[in-house]
Amino acid sequence: MRDTASPPVFRARGVTRVYRTGKVAVWALRGVDLALNEGEMVVLLGASGSGKSTLVNILGGLDLPTEGQVFFRDRELTRCNDRELTLFRRDHVGFVFQFYNLVPSLTARENVALVTEIARNPMRPEEALERVGLGARMDHFPAELSGGEQQRVAIARAIAKRPDVLLCDEPTGALDSATGVQVLAALNDVNRDLGTATVLITHNATIQQIAHRVVVLADGKVTRDEANATRLAPEEVSW
Amino acid sequence: MVGALDRKLLRDLGRIWAQTLAIALVLGCGIMMLVGAQATQQTLLDTQAAWYERHRFADVFTGARRAPASIVDDAVAIDGVAQAEGRITFTAMLDIDSMEEPATAQVLSLPERAGLNVPLVRRGRLPVPEHDSEVALSEPFAEAHGLYPGERFRAVLNGQLRELQVTGWVLSPEFVYTMAPGALLPDDRRFGLVWMPKATAAAVMDMSGAVNDISLRLARGADERAVIASLDALLDPWGGTGAYGRDRQMSHAFLDSELQQLGVMAAFLPPIFLLVAAFLVNMVLGRLIQLERVQIGLLKAIGYSAREIGWHYLKLALTIGALGWAVGAGFGWWISDAMIGLYADFFRFPFLIRSHGTEALWLGAALAAATVLIGAGRAVLAALRLPPAEAMQPPAPPGFSRGPTDRVLAWMQFRQTTMMIFRSILRWPARAAITLVGVSASVAVLVMSYFIFDSVDALADTIFGQANRQHMTLTLAQPQTEQAVRDAHALPGVMRAEGAYAMPVRLVNGHVTRLSALQGHFPGATLTQLVDDDGHVVTPPEDGLVLPETLAAALGLDPGDSLRVEMLAAPRRVLDLPVRAVIAQGLGQEVHIAAPALFAAMESVPQVNTIHLSVRADDIPALHAAIKATPAISGLSDWADLRRQFDATLAENLLIMVSIYTLIGALIAVGVVYNAARIQVAERSYELATLRVMGFSRVQVGYVLVGEMMLLTLVALPFGWVMGYGLAQGLVVGMSTDVIQLPFQISRRTFALATLVVMIAALGAALIVRRRLDQVDLATALKARE
Ligand SMILES: Nc1ncnc2c1ncn2[C@@H]1O[C@H](COP(=O)(O)OP(=O)(O)O)[C@@H](O)[C@H]1O
Ligand SMILES: [Mg+2]
Repeated sequence: MRDTASPPVFRARGVTRVYRTGKVAVWALRGVDLALNEGEMVVLLGASGSGKSTLVNILGGLDLPTEGQVFFRDRELTRCNDRELTLFRRDHVGFVFQFYNLVPSLTARENVALVTEIARNPMRPEEALERVGLGARMDHFPAELSGGEQQRVAIARAIAKRPDVLLCDEPTGALDSATGVQVLAALNDVNRDLGTATVLITHNATIQQIAHRVVVLADGKVTRDEANATRLAPEEVSW
Repeated sequence: MVGALDRKLLRDLGRIWAQTLAIALVLGCGIMMLVGAQATQQTLLDTQAAWYERHRFADVFTGARRAPASIVDDAVAIDGVAQAEGRITFTAMLDIDSMEEPATAQVLSLPERAGLNVPLVRRGRLPVPEHDSEVALSEPFAEAHGLYPGERFRAVLNGQLRELQVTGWVLSPEFVYTMAPGALLPDDRRFGLVWMPKATAAAVMDMSGAVNDISLRLARGADERAVIASLDALLDPWGGTGAYGRDRQMSHAFLDSELQQLGVMAAFLPPIFLLVAAFLVNMVLGRLIQLERVQIGLLKAIGYSAREIGWHYLKLALTIGALGWAVGAGFGWWISDAMIGLYADFFRFPFLIRSHGTEALWLGAALAAATVLIGAGRAVLAALRLPPAEAMQPPAPPGFSRGPTDRVLAWMQFRQTTMMIFRSILRWPARAAITLVGVSASVAVLVMSYFIFDSVDALADTIFGQANRQHMTLTLAQPQTEQAVRDAHALPGVMRAEGAYAMPVRLVNGHVTRLSALQGHFPGATLTQLVDDDGHVVTPPEDGLVLPETLAAALGLDPGDSLRVEMLAAPRRVLDLPVRAVIAQGLGQEVHIAAPALFAAMESVPQVNTIHLSVRADDIPALHAAIKATPAISGLSDWADLRRQFDATLAENLLIMVSIYTLIGALIAVGVVYNAARIQVAERSYELATLRVMGFSRVQVGYVLVGEMMLLTLVALPFGWVMGYGLAQGLVVGMSTDVIQLPFQISRRTFALATLVVMIAALGAALIVRRRLDQVDLATALKARE
């Protein structure tokens, strides 16, 4: 279960990311220090444009910082090459995005199988889908599923490989409140049952109450980082 | 002023420039072949017409053994004859210092009366009767030996060794294409033409007051067949050898068949390229319009008419067409220059009337425009029909639903990435079909192109490997008994000598007649054999004739029928012989008979007038010397050297030709696969980037794209083979002339090579497009909604 004594899953030190487009330089992150513990559910909160996605992409090995170091356990991601980052993502990270990013030509089951076929120690696609409550809709194509269902397929796809971390970028951003709650519940169940460390990006402050810890970003810097004294179950929040 | 819409057009083109270029190249290839072949054909036609007209090329020709010169007046009196010219012509062996072996020449008396077939002096002057050793030479022959005016050489004229002096070089409309009788390739070193004044020729041949060759020019609207019949009747008492029109005149027939083949080239392949280009325009424009639905809706909403919008997209298509046309016209012009240069080696014209190919250019432009407009048509109509409100909605996400195929796919237990490939093909069948059609067209064009080499190979194999294994063939001045063969065997270096008997004949079946040659085959002959198209040796039956299919068909004959054979040289017998067999034989239009049967029918002792030899290479100089000293031998053809020349000519051009064909054929596959893959990447880059995010390697993700293209390519291959087979068959029909018929034989090597080239081309194109996936930024890809 959750273990704050063991070393953190992720450590970020002085992470800076500058986007240069022509002459303009955008400072998306300005020296972020952060640690993410095993089994922890962290909500990453901040206004739009504050650098949340940039940070999570760097943690997930999709992007490299301009400056600073990122460690996954003992491994320094900032020293990895493209191939190593690919393997890192394949073996350790599950991603969930705002727009689900399902493969439209594959059914729910097949979208999950997509990942289990290349993972080291995956669960069966059916098991992953049952965990998110979609056992009955496995043979539907994305276009035949509602937004919330599609997002739960995306979660099933992310967890099927039994990742060490689950990185979710505004998973409820495109969903209405009731559907969003179902998705949050699915994430919460996974975190509780599998002990997967989870980062949940949102700009919706209400959601922070379901986390173990809340990190707030503003203008590329961490402005708050504190544990929640009490957590709410996903079903107890709404917006 | 460039309007806003036109600026959008330019930007659109800028964005898809590589796709535009690929289509323009495919289209351009078609236009290039059209313009190239047409401009070449027109140039040759115009030049031919002018050359024939200015130097009064005759319309009807005939030979005779010996006729009084007054017969020319009788010939002019024939209804429909405008002019007649009588000549003396004979063959001679020449002994030239630059050459160890003897050369053969056709000697002709210069025209006097009507001035038909007038040679054009290119250098020096014509010989005059006052000096009986003066002659003019055909330019290519003189050029090959450096026999400039003033130079001398020796010749055996009517059995007498004479020294002759060159006065000039000439070209004649009768000999645009020059080939020794019975030869397979022109050889300017070994065969030439010699002109001398009529008086000199008459003295040599002891023919004063006589002629043995008559040419006629017909009056406008004359009936050539009737004239030929009258002329034959007129000359029959004088040993007429059968009159014929330009269609049987060797130089003209070869030029004509080349012109016919150019016409086939102009008509045969371009449609395939235009069709594929039209499909590609449709594919790319369809995709662009789908992508720009919102913009189209907006344009409609702010008041642009459907016509203006439609015209906008048509202009885009027309720009592609214009580009293709420019590329095609430019290269076509260049190709026709190169081809005309090549033809100059075979066809000797004193001048060229270069056609500007204006008609071809207009035709090309019209076809290019039609191609892109047809291609654009459906896509643009779809854009016009979009109601503005709907256009403003993003297109519905691609709906996949389960069908019967899914059960099959599931049962196959493919990996999910493979499933993505299959589903993508099934979801966009029209697009997959275009790729299929394009790739199979590419295979087909390659199969057809490489087939030409198979055909030439088969031809060479039949000619040299089976039908003519002799090293040399001697032509005798007069028919002799079989003793001549034993004499030939005694010549230095001769290992084997075989006699044969050839006779010019007229074949008559009812009212249908044909000029041909009768070949008498002696039993046991192995150096020359009668071989059919399948490579089987045909032994003539004990009695009766063997005819090639095409000749039998032309005469309306079947085995069992009787055919009248009129000999056109001494002893001028007329025989009625049964047709015993009809064989498939593309090469050669001669009638065959077993020698014993022939001489039994002629009631004569066996005779030979041709001797085939196999010789030891070391003794060839001695043999040549002996032949030069034997007046009874009037001609020599060196088959071993012919083979060497044939192989050298082939080897010289093979690499270039194969490369050009490969390039052109592969271009279709590249154009099609490149465009299809680009569209896939444009539509699916985010989906594919998602795979990268989930930890799929570049290779694994590339597999989804490249795998689809290669799967379609694989499926297209068999279609391409079948289409290519059909095309090759069509080519054989289109290219076959009276002079030559291509054997239809496609080797496995051809199929394999076409397959390999297309696979590599398709893979290359797909891999180039795959690199675009690397440029998709993973982080941004995730923000996009599909
Ligand atoms: N690829 C990019 N190129 C340029 N600027 C970018 C890029 N991605 C993000 N940014 C900028 O970096 C800042 C942080 O962006 P992001 O991390 O997406 O914020 P958030 O997820 O918190 O909304 C923003 O100002 C954004 O415009
Ligand atoms: Mg974001």
